[in-house]
Amino acid sequence: MLAVKNLEVVYDDVILVLRGISIEVPEGKIVALLGANGAGKTTLLRALSGLLGVHEGDITKGEITLDGKPIHRRSPAQIVGLGIKQVLEGRRVFAEFNVEENLRVGAHTNARAAKHNMERVFALFPVLKDRRKATAGYLSGGEQQMLAMARALMSEPRYLLLDEPSLGLAPLLVQQIRDLIVEINRAGTTVLLVEQNANMALSIAERGYVMETGKIVMDKPAAELLDDEDVKEFYLGLGAEGEKSFRDVKHYKRRKRWLS
Amino acid sequence: MTDFLQALISGLGVGSIYALLAVGFVIIYKSMQVISFAQPALLVTGAVMVSYLRFDFGLNFWIALPLAMVLTALLALVIERLALRPMIGKPVFVVAIITIGVDIAVRVVVNRFIGLGARQVGDPWGLTIRRLGAVVVQERYLWMMLITAVVVSLLFAFFKYSRVGLAMRAAAFDQETALAQGISVGQVFALSWAIAGALAALAGTLAGTRAGIDQQTWVLGLKALPAIILGGLDSVGGAVVGGLAVGVVEAMVSRYQGAYFPWLGQNFSLVSPYVLMLIVLMIRPYGLFGTPEVERV
Repeated sequence: MLAVKNLEVVYDDVILVLRGISIEVPEGKIVALLGANGAGKTTLLRALSGLLGVHEGDITKGEITLDGKPIHRRSPAQIVGLGIKQVLEGRRVFAEFNVEENLRVGAHTNARAAKHNMERVFALFPVLKDRRKATAGYLSGGEQQMLAMARALMSEPRYLLLDEPSLGLAPLLVQQIRDLIVEINRAGTTVLLVEQNANMALSIAERGYVMETGKIVMDKPAAELLDDEDVKEFYLGLGAEGEKSFRDVKHYKRRKRWLS
Repeated sequence: MTDFLQALISGLGVGSIYALLAVGFVIIYKSMQVISFAQPALLVTGAVMVSYLRFDFGLNFWIALPLAMVLTALLALVIERLALRPMIGKPVFVVAIITIGVDIAVRVVVNRFIGLGARQVGDPWGLTIRRLGAVVVQERYLWMMLITAVVVSLLFAFFKYSRVGLAMRAAAFDQETALAQGISVGQVFALSWAIAGALAALAGTLAGTRAGIDQQTWVLGLKALPAIILGGLDSVGGAVVGGLAVGVVEAMVSRYQGAYFPWLGQNFSLVSPYVLMLIVLMIRPYGLFGTPEVERV
């Protein structure tokens, strides 16, 4: 189990971004992490994968444990070696490389099994097999997202951290990506899914966390979250006030505070 | 015509030295986005090491050269670790200035070993001349081309096919993503310095063939700057072409300028690479082979 306890992260020594976050990602499950822009979702993923240093971020309190052992002082390369891999937001494929080279880079920590794993991800993403010699930068957005996920899978991670895989994709592609995530999970990889698309994330997740300004404000099974009035209103756009008259809506009422 | 071919071959020979140096610059630039001005010092260090290994330890040239390359690579590793690694994330300008400091410091030490005169590197070619038809060339130029061709092809294969080479390219392209794939960017920095150090040592030794090296040999290292500006800072292939081009231009100017443009004075060929650099900067500031941006339209 991957667990975060009371994690506090500060950027540039001054900006407090995570204020005591605790989440648990049990093995074999899909866990969704929702939240508005700037809530700290990506920062949490960076803390998990050790990439805070690139952004001048620092863990000031709390700990991250993998099966009970603290990992938050490890380097990104060590964390990948332990089987935790992040797919960065915005796909970030190596645009100048071809598809196969991208996958080989993904197999960096596990080069021996690269051949076997390449067959495995090609079976999962047949589109990539057809375009294995194509320059990655010229793939479509959906293909690039698949490539980014495939690249991460090349090192056989136990935990896959996905940062907004549906970003900028057409609804049909979002569905396809969603099905792929389910398939990856079924093959034995635990998934922590950060999403703006709450509907998609909660439909496949077992459990969901909602973050706001650096705190976890909700922590429920995904099905309950889908039914929650606040989540409906703020993430699914199914709020009750569409039916209200605008005369009744005072703007300060709209400023929702969680846990108040 | 014979004259022209002779000038061309000597130009390509000297140009391949520039090419080796330029490739070192480019490899460091690609991994750290910093131009390392410490290359000239590494160049002299390598050549001096060959000289000592050859004459004071009595080794064969073909053993001394690879050994000196390895030792220079180690020195480059130490420099990277002590002087540059702590500066990661600092402004590029600051890091570049640090490399100038390193260059001066290393050269001061190395100059003590060179002494006042010239030191031979003990190459096996000396004054040997080859006749290719009517063309008479020094054998060492042919060897320079051959060695450079072999080394550069090995490097290309390394970057294309090996796991580490691919990791270096990935880290050069997008550091954060490379980190997320489990690549240690620190190792990439170290390795790029080691490769550049070995290349500089090789270039310095080749440059020291026949006439030897003295306290001014390091100036040669600066000729790589026109080469990389010409080829584009981030292109290894461009660096090779740029290096060869600079060598050829230099040789041609030195051969023909006296006859056609005598008013430019003697030894104009020494500045001709920089004139070429200025022209390139004015018309194609990103160089001839700067990597084209891959973008979906």
